[in-house]
Amino acid sequence: MKHLLTTEGLDRDTATALLDTADELKRTLLGREVRKLPTLRGRTVITMFYENSTRTRVSFELAGKWMSADVVNVSASGSSVGKGESLRDTALTLSAAGADCVIVRHPASGAAQRLAEWLADTPTSVINAGDGMHEHPTQALLDAATLRERLGPLEGRRVVIVGDVLHSRVARSNVHLLTTLGAEVVLVGPPTLVPAALTGWLASRRVRVSFDLDAELPAADAVMMLRVQAERMHGAFFPSAREYSINYGLNAARAALLPEHAVVMHPGPMLRGMEIADSVADAANSVIVEQVRNGVHVRMAVLYHLLAAQTRAGEDA
Amino acid sequence: MAPRTRGATGPAERELLSAGDVARTIARIAHQIIEKTAIGPGGEPVPVLLGIPTRGAPLAARLAGRITEFSGQPVPHGSLDVTLYRDDLRRRPPRPLELTQLPEGGIDDRTVVLVDDVLYSGRTIRSALDALRDIGRPRVVQLAVLVDRGHRELPIRADYVGKNVPTSRREEVAVLLSEVDGRDAVLLRAAAPDAGGGEGSR
Repeated sequence: MKHLLTTEGLDRDTATALLDTADELKRTLLGREVRKLPTLRGRTVITMFYENSTRTRVSFELAGKWMSADVVNVSASGSSVGKGESLRDTALTLSAAGADCVIVRHPASGAAQRLAEWLADTPTSVINAGDGMHEHPTQALLDAATLRERLGPLEGRRVVIVGDVLHSRVARSNVHLLTTLGAEVVLVGPPTLVPAALTGWLASRRVRVSFDLDAELPAADAVMMLRVQAERMHGAFFPSAREYSINYGLNAARAALLPEHAVVMHPGPMLRGMEIADSVADAANSVIVEQVRNGVHVRMAVLYHLLAAQTRAGEDA
Repeated sequence: MAPRTRGATGPAERELLSAGDVARTIARIAHQIIEKTAIGPGGEPVPVLLGIPTRGAPLAARLAGRITEFSGQPVPHGSLDVTLYRDDLRRRPPRPLELTQLPEGGIDDRTVVLVDDVLYSGRTIRSALDALRDIGRPRVVQLAVLVDRGHRELPIRADYVGKNVPTSRREEVAVLLSEVDGRDAVLLRAAAPDAGGGEGSR
């Protein structure tokens, strides 16, 4: 595996290997005074974020540093991107400067794929840290790791994904990964924000669409709340935030419909009071903080699988 | 040692230790550990046994069992995966990590006995020493192996050796343990061409 661009097409064995590695890394580092492994010494990882991010950028940076890689952060503002340099030229520059891995977040769907094509002749790996409305594979992996930790194997489990499915790369990556791992996914949201028909990327998978959140909660093993992505909405998708919140927000009364073992997830950043109530976000069955913690271990696992055995041109293979 | 027939059809394989030999060897190492680390009433604090997966881990568990049986003192044991500390990661496809499980109480100021099945180049043990340093600061670190087959590439030696076996680099030593392989034995055989040094045989 050279790149991690999508969870679509990630086979079950590879996904499971990544999650197992993340589990072991978590166990290995638990309670340690020195959270540093020598595994990626001498590797250079460059993060390229063309969109704002807190947890993804920080956890990739920590993941690299905890494995002793040299991590350099490039943001769109403050780099030559501001002078008008193209994504392609920036990527080739970073690769030529010695990047073993480029981690990219970009507002355009497919940006990571293009980047991987441009860097095909170089040894540089590409990790997609979110491309527009397309995919966010490491988020899906950390969600799966969190679910496995709480619920055990995902075979036959039902995950309800709620909210702005249309604009959500998190939902897309999760549908692919969770169904590959044997779970069933129910997409819930206002009709304007969920796919009208199960075609294309939704066809032939264990996915269902529903518009009634209350009806889906009692049989859910996990409910994943999505952020309403106002920055990607160029039009009116629902009448008001208040109406959205009443119909699709996870308030305390709704959360009470969940079975006792079910967990509440949110990829962050949360809009408290809008898609999720304060009391629900901080309740005992909320794993939102655990998702962030697992994010570091999952990203360490991805870096390990992509970079540990990678050789640069000129080195003995 | 006995000359090996070369060019024979099928992999030439010789049993170095039978199941009974393996059990006796483990018992002997257990006695040596008791003597050397002065386990007993009023003795030093008991050592911590850490096995290196895959087969070092069950070996450490068995050794701990025998030591407890012979000395009456419970001996903590665990496992220490060294994959993340290896110096040959770049040469092979990424391998899955194995279980690291430290006993309660940790390893600080304790005598740690590393346990592995075969001592060969010494690189695994070097990795283990690096891994230990990140986990704590043991007072003393010792090494117990079931088989020492020579060909060291680093200045590392074992404190407890079950059996010294002179070997050729073209051979491989396979340790089989019932917990992993269904039976106990130590075999010497011609290395499979292109074998990447599979688990349990080096």
